[in-house]
Amino acid sequence: MASRSFFGNANPIIASPILEQSCWTPHRSSHCHADTSRSKRHHSTRIAIVCGHCYFASVILESLDIDAEQFGAATGWVIKPEGACKGDVCVPLDKSNGFNLRSTAERLRMATVHDEKAGLWALGPESLGDRALVSAVAPELILNDLNGKEFRLSSLRGQKVVIVSWAPY
Amino acid sequence: MVTVSLDITGAAGSRSFIEAANPEHPSLLDPTHQMDALFGVVNIPNIVWIDEEGMIVRPAEPGWPGARQEMPKGILSSLPKMGRAPNAPQAPEGADPRNAIGTGQDRSTYHEAIRDWVSNGAASAYVLSADEVIARSQPRSISKSEGAAHFELANHLWRNDQRDLALVHFNEANRLQPDNWTYKRQAWSLVGSERAGGDYGKFVQGPLVGEEDSWPFDSDFWSDVSAVPSGEYYPKTL
Repeated sequence: MASRSFFGNANPIIASPILEQSCWTPHRSSHCHADTSRSKRHHSTRIAIVCGHCYFASVILESLDIDAEQFGAATGWVIKPEGACKGDVCVPLDKSNGFNLRSTAERLRMATVHDEKAGLWALGPESLGDRALVSAVAPELILNDLNGKEFRLSSLRGQKVVIVSWAPY
Repeated sequence: MVTVSLDITGAAGSRSFIEAANPEHPSLLDPTHQMDALFGVVNIPNIVWIDEEGMIVRPAEPGWPGARQEMPKGILSSLPKMGRAPNAPQAPEGADPRNAIGTGQDRSTYHEAIRDWVSNGAASAYVLSADEVIARSQPRSISKSEGAAHFELANHLWRNDQRDLALVHFNEANRLQPDNWTYKRQAWSLVGSERAGGDYGKFVQGPLVGEEDSWPFDSDFWSDVSAVPSGEYYPKTL
């Protein structure tokens, strides 16, 4: 599938300043491994997940000092030579000074919010094109069932899938 | 079919429902509301269609298995009397929240559209092009991304027993994403269930009568839904 280039808003407005982060996720996949050296370096009680195939929409961070691989694992936006890519969309990045979370989040129009008391940052989802979806390619969804068994949406490739969201409230 | 429960309490809040249904399909827990960020879900029930190639052919939209809807027996009579959040917007005169909830997407025929797609595949009239899928997905401005980030913080802080910090972010999420009912109902339900207790306390999404002044949110379910124009709570997409 050919990649589409998506330039989005050339002058994105970030509603809150971007500062520090490190990556947290409740999911520990057998296909992912925790980079404990990074965790120690960031004095983090949470774990920086290093996994090129995991996508986690909820991104709680303790430090902005994450690398491109961690960013991809946390957001689903994989950093490639052509830019930040998700599905069939690639957004060109200025990588002259290497990967930078602040500029990458601005480019993808991801908001960041800081809670000073908690010492945490949250990274919101992309808002390119002012729509929730930037691509019709289904993102990976990795969730556990009642027994704690991990399920991946991609495991159903080759079948029609209807995802039904519900809640006990 | 895959079902996903959008509830911060995970298995604790969803287990009884899932075990009662005893599903043969994957039945998953989404305590951080990934479905909202990844697919643009803003209310429940919401349905997403994905074809064999992994392409979304209908973005998140309201959908039901049929017109028949039943509340668990005794639920309404078991719920305590509820008041209004002091800061809640005043509902338009004559507003009927039941009208807002009961209008919009046709509950009785939605499943027929799914059956048509199963039979006819890409030739089904209900299949949307990639561009239509993107265009019909939920609007998301940078302020909505900010609202999602606040919800992430609220969710994380609540689960880590930092309740007061969490409430600040729940309110910000609700302010920045006023159309996201999973964010709002999640927040209201957490506090409502604490106060009401019982098997159905999660359906209490507003202050109990006499406890309005200590309700930590700027609105509540019945006040907000009363302000929704007819047909917009579950927008008609078919």
